[in-house]
Amino acid sequence: MRTRVFLLISIAVAALVFLGARMVNNDYVFFAGYTVLQFIVLATAWNILGGYTGYVNFGSAAFFALGAYATVFWHKFYPLPIPFLIVIGGAVSGIVGLGMGYLTLRLRGAFFAIATLALAVVLQTLVVNWDYVGGSRGAYIIRPNEIPLIGPYVQYLFLIQPNEIALIGPYVQYLVLPYVQYLFLLMLALAVIALTIARGIERSQLGYGFATIRDDELAAEASGVPTLRLKLVATTISGALMGMAGAPFPYYIGYLQPSSAFGLEYAVNSIAMPMIGGTTSWVGPLIGAVLLGSLQQIATVTISSAVNLLIVGLLLVAFVIIAPNGIIGLVQGWTRGRAK
Amino acid sequence: MAGPLLEVTGLSKRFGGFVALDGIDLTVAEGERVGLIGPNGSGKSTLVNCICGTLVNETGTVRFDGKAVDGLLTHERTRRGMARSFQLPRPFATLTVADNLRVPLLYTVNARLGRALSPAALDARCAELLQLVALSDKAAQLPRDLTQVEMRKLELARAMAAEPKLLIADESMAGLSQSEVDDIVALLIRLNERGITIVLIEHIMRAVMKFSQRLIVLVSGKKIADGRPEAVIRDPEVERAYLGQ
Repeated sequence: MRTRVFLLISIAVAALVFLGARMVNNDYVFFAGYTVLQFIVLATAWNILGGYTGYVNFGSAAFFALGAYATVFWHKFYPLPIPFLIVIGGAVSGIVGLGMGYLTLRLRGAFFAIATLALAVVLQTLVVNWDYVGGSRGAYIIRPNEIPLIGPYVQYLFLIQPNEIALIGPYVQYLVLPYVQYLFLLMLALAVIALTIARGIERSQLGYGFATIRDDELAAEASGVPTLRLKLVATTISGALMGMAGAPFPYYIGYLQPSSAFGLEYAVNSIAMPMIGGTTSWVGPLIGAVLLGSLQQIATVTISSAVNLLIVGLLLVAFVIIAPNGIIGLVQGWTRGRAK
Repeated sequence: MAGPLLEVTGLSKRFGGFVALDGIDLTVAEGERVGLIGPNGSGKSTLVNCICGTLVNETGTVRFDGKAVDGLLTHERTRRGMARSFQLPRPFATLTVADNLRVPLLYTVNARLGRALSPAALDARCAELLQLVALSDKAAQLPRDLTQVEMRKLELARAMAAEPKLLIADESMAGLSQSEVDDIVALLIRLNERGITIVLIEHIMRAVMKFSQRLIVLVSGKKIADGRPEAVIRDPEVERAYLGQ
């Protein structure tokens, strides 16, 4: 299946998801769904570096938080529409990802993981001491209740005349989106983009190159693979996607403080979800994020929000012991077993 | 012909206080089959690593195909036409046997051509290489399902996939049975007949004698002999290094 076909299919699936959520017509569905989608993006982004090239990043929260804080900065400096902020957040985190790649390229295994963790601590300290974005007090973002789909900007973009607006007047209720639905839609689009990128990489020359880095860097170099450059590509893409996932977050949460943006939750989940789903394919992080993300949302409303990380921890331990290749590995083993 | 394909001059490498290679000079002509022997720890693999760019030598130069390659990274040297196999096979464990061969095609051959081979051409070349080393029926398997000798063949096939001018085979026969050794030697000679210059590093003397047109002996990081194989093994210094006094 070509990447373009895959993109069309995932857009169709995303449209169905959105329509389905609209049918339920309950704000909570969008609220919880946003979190699950955000984890799909984070897990997919983590997997591009951690799963494909085998470099375990413990600093996902830092890239996520950078995206979020870029938004806080612009919100105060010069408010921009969220799609622009997503691009900016992606650029900031992508550049930091590139820098991290440069600084840590000689490190492998546990040393690389420790370096990424250190990066997260350094960045958090910087943000805590940066008063403009709220410092340790945090920052409030007041968001509107709803957003007109045909705002002045879109009118300009599509050259809609004012008298035409009057024409569609009776349908105007369909053209105004509650803000949480708007955020949900954005994150849905990001999930589609992230999954398409991940799948595209997997089937390309880049994917083969990443796999050789994971398997044996020395042999990869001897086969002509520019390992250094590919590692930088991976850290940049992975970082950028995490930043993009973080950019709408301040609008979603309304109040952003360093300890929540840099929270352990993000670092742990972005590792646990691909591990539980399976790291060798784009499907793994998707399955892991949907499963774990939904489970956490259910646990939050039925038991308590504190039980979240306990669930993740226990599942991670169970999977590492029982199914080190995740759910995908289990399924593959099962089908192979039946074929024999 | 202009000059030698590979020319190493005054190459030295130290690990801390230990001198692993001490002023090595050697040349390999195009189309030649050279054997490189020496006792364990004499610096053979270190020499290969310096030639291929895995290790950086402190002094000396490596010239390949008329140009100095010092300072180039391993993958750049591979793209210039140097290929090696590893002493212990290092296959890409999560890729199938066929995909293992696809990697050098994608990254070296494509880079050299300046364009991408079509998927059909890639498949054809993989199939051809697999046939060359008699692994066609294992194409879809993972390296862990291969036997030791098949793993060595995969290692050689992957080096060959990069379409090298020079192939450095680092102990590709260690631990194999006699018939398997003959198998690999025959394969290497076949490759040489296709015009590939080969440097063979080996302990198994029978294989080395059968294969080499010229023999170079390394002892404690120094080159002590270089010449016709029959003459070299009768050299008293070589005998002393191998058999003791």
